[in-house]
Amino acid sequence: MAITVHLPSVLARLADGRRALEASGDTLGAAVGDLATRYPSLGERLRDKEGNPYPFVNYYLNDEDARFQGGFEASVRDGDEVTVVPAIAGG
Amino acid sequence: MVAPQLSQDEILRYSRHLILPDVGVAGQQKLKAARVLLVGAGGLGSPLALYLAAAGVGHLGLVDFDVVDLTNLQRQILHGTADVGRPKLDSARKRIADVNPNVRLETYETRLTAANALEIFRGYDLVVDGTDNFATRYLVNDACVLLGIPNVYGSIYRFEGQASVFATAEGPCYRCLYREPPPPGLVPSCAEGGVLGVLPGLIGVIQATEAIKLILGIGQPLIGRLLLVDALGMGFRTVQLRRDPECPACGTREIRALIDYEAFCGIGAPDPSGADAVPEVTPLEIAARLGRHEDFDLIDVREPSEWAIGRLPGARLVPLGTLPEAAAGFDPSRDVVVYCKGGVRSAKAVRQLQEKGFRRVANLTGGILRWSDEVDPTVPKY
Repeated sequence: MAITVHLPSVLARLADGRRALEASGDTLGAAVGDLATRYPSLGERLRDKEGNPYPFVNYYLNDEDARFQGGFEASVRDGDEVTVVPAIAGG
Repeated sequence: MVAPQLSQDEILRYSRHLILPDVGVAGQQKLKAARVLLVGAGGLGSPLALYLAAAGVGHLGLVDFDVVDLTNLQRQILHGTADVGRPKLDSARKRIADVNPNVRLETYETRLTAANALEIFRGYDLVVDGTDNFATRYLVNDACVLLGIPNVYGSIYRFEGQASVFATAEGPCYRCLYREPPPPGLVPSCAEGGVLGVLPGLIGVIQATEAIKLILGIGQPLIGRLLLVDALGMGFRTVQLRRDPECPACGTREIRALIDYEAFCGIGAPDPSGADAVPEVTPLEIAARLGRHEDFDLIDVREPSEWAIGRLPGARLVPLGTLPEAAAGFDPSRDVVVYCKGGVRSAKAVRQLQEKGFRRVANLTGGILRWSDEVDPTVPKY
């Protein structure tokens, strides 16, 4: 199962500058875990020490808020697209 | 309410609106009757104020307590070089009066707080969030939810931005999007992380567009949608937002009054154990030690782009993100002094080194900015 994860540039710096990464797993959490294994410093920004999502980093699975699709338990399929959107506050 | 009449001069001024089928005279009268509050006269507030004034919004409110700084002018187009050192509201008033003298401008030269937000917001049709920190964003949101005023949201960082419309009768609010803010220091401010100067222009103009659409009641506003703008890829993506039934502001409504937003965002409350305090050393002390040719390690934890602007003599560049790996090569028997631009990132670095067992480590108080003030003014401030 390969999904595409889109990162903002601030997180892409922790993934060799890549804005889009392939990740594998049956659930969103497993795919995030796959990225965390490959890019440990990115992993720290994607999930907390217990492996749960942060309240200030959202995941959109095919442009829908993943929290309403089961969060990290949401099942993902080949070709799905996930967008990671951390909170920013500049103005 | 009786729609305000347009004068001959206004008819001429707004003629490109008046001939637009979806605006027309009735729409322009709605704009003239509208009351819009802008929170912040900075990067986002600048294009917002200029375009909303030009569009003929009859009553604009502007909240800001800051003075114009030279570093603002790269993006804050409401202010000019002659305004440096003067209150932002002074230059804003001057520019807005020139753009459109028909606009009634009400200014609030104060920091927005839980004590004054409801009083300031009451009576406005829309609030536009052009603030620059999480605490004020949650404050703006909660005040809007409590008063039932739509919150036209925008925020920026480096090359990316977000925009949405919150706190409408049917849509989600900012707390539905992010239940809690990140811990202080995790997401750098624009002063620490930088921002492309045109980016607040892009996002501010999107917010102005949404404000005008809401006033006119046309189009599809960004209610229940978050627009993500990527200036580098020049891509726009829209993701769907939902109202969170568990949201303490607009869902369960357990937030019945404004709270302490600094505390909510973890700001200003020192760790009672004192564990967050790090050993500090002043620029003058370090200058004296360098003058005596004392042997110690001076570590610069800024980014290479900042290092290129200027640095301290004898320093070594170790960007904060690379510190965990680089620290393995440090000698724990030597004194280590760490600095950054203002002292926040280096304090974090000192804590990281302490966790790794370094005992002889200290933070340069006030960073390179204070070094420039107190020791060597030829090191540029930025």
